[in-house]
Amino acid sequence: MKKRDLVIVGGGPAGMAAALTAHKEGVRDILLLERDQYLGGILNQCIHTGFGISYFKEILTGPEYAGRFVHRIRNTPAIEISLKSFVVHLTKDKVLTYITPGRMEVVQARALIMATGCREKTREMVHIPGTRPAGIFSAGLAQKLINIEGLLPGKAVVIVGSGDIGLIMARRFILEGAQVKAVIEIQKTSRGLKRNIVQCVQDFDIPLYFNHKIACIHGKDRVEKVTVCRVDDAFNEVDDSRFEIACDTVLVSVGLIPENELIEMAGVAIDHRTNSPISDAVNATSVPGIFVCGNSFKVYDLADSVTADSELCGRMAAIYLSRR
Amino acid sequence: MTKELVCIECPVGCTLSVDWQGCAVTRVSGNKCPRGEKYAVEEIQNPMRILTSAVVCEGLSLKMLPVRTDRPIPKARLTDAMQAVRAMRLRRPVRSGETIAANFLNLGVDLIATRDST
Repeated sequence: MKKRDLVIVGGGPAGMAAALTAHKEGVRDILLLERDQYLGGILNQCIHTGFGISYFKEILTGPEYAGRFVHRIRNTPAIEISLKSFVVHLTKDKVLTYITPGRMEVVQARALIMATGCREKTREMVHIPGTRPAGIFSAGLAQKLINIEGLLPGKAVVIVGSGDIGLIMARRFILEGAQVKAVIEIQKTSRGLKRNIVQCVQDFDIPLYFNHKIACIHGKDRVEKVTVCRVDDAFNEVDDSRFEIACDTVLVSVGLIPENELIEMAGVAIDHRTNSPISDAVNATSVPGIFVCGNSFKVYDLADSVTADSELCGRMAAIYLSRR
Repeated sequence: MTKELVCIECPVGCTLSVDWQGCAVTRVSGNKCPRGEKYAVEEIQNPMRILTSAVVCEGLSLKMLPVRTDRPIPKARLTDAMQAVRAMRLRRPVRSGETIAANFLNLGVDLIATRDST
């Protein structure tokens, strides 16, 4: 079995920052595994601005922010990049099995950094009643369809939840010529950034309903309409508050959860309320030598914060390796 | 007159209070940095936004190339600008930062690539 000093799983902002800092701190044998055919992770589909203000003191789009790190990684030969490499198994001894076109590889890491990001909560996780027609997407999936695949998933959209991805997608659908009928938020306020309420919702006069939820999704083959109702402080439906909105698409933007199934397989302790590793320090886990950084450790609001904490993680891994 | 605005220059999102008379802004408060003052003046006189979108590629490895205006354009022109972006087809490889359309719609800004096409 091949042995490597440091293996990093995930080539998004977290994995790239961790790799570059570990290299800067003296680690000279680094394998970076990325399941996609490009480095950059989710930043490649985040084509809006708002990245880099704290890290680069510039206003960048997601692909531009990622591009800076991709360029640095490509100019660091000690970092071996393996694209289209999907990790399917992990043990507590840090033995990774990954599939890549045409073969399966097994490698043992002396130190391991997991930078696997997070995934979107689904309709099923927030219990939205109704039928199950086509036309219900997570906001990030719609973002990928429009910005990467060039497909517009719908023409008349209702967005559930006012997290940043949902707000960003409200503007994106409008710019692509679709209608955004409403953003429905069950809480009293938005979890999204205030600037996104302004530049994504208010700029386009999109109705934003706080203290409201979807009572029912209707439609047989395709979404036809939703029933919306007001909720009280306990999120229960208020009597006689129901109204309907005709739409062909429902976007679900109700939060993100860290993606940590692999380290759980390896026996790392996970807090199942948050899906974060249980640890006494940021980026550390219950298994020595296994580190987690970026959105797989905890979900950050900003990519700049992911970069900062992932650089710390790269240093932590370098110190761990130097002490062995 | 006085109006409250939320600054969109950075993720902090300061609540700004703007006093103005006619077209002249007389006082901005609530901003934690100088960008807030500039934003408030522009937002009252002529709101500006950077447009970000993606252009359809033909014969390249990417299906869509992300683009943006290199500087903000008037908010009122976003819809026209998007119609122009949707009509474009990119057939040549480009690098991030390269100009896709110079003096885009005569707005005095360039439409630039934000990702390498390969």
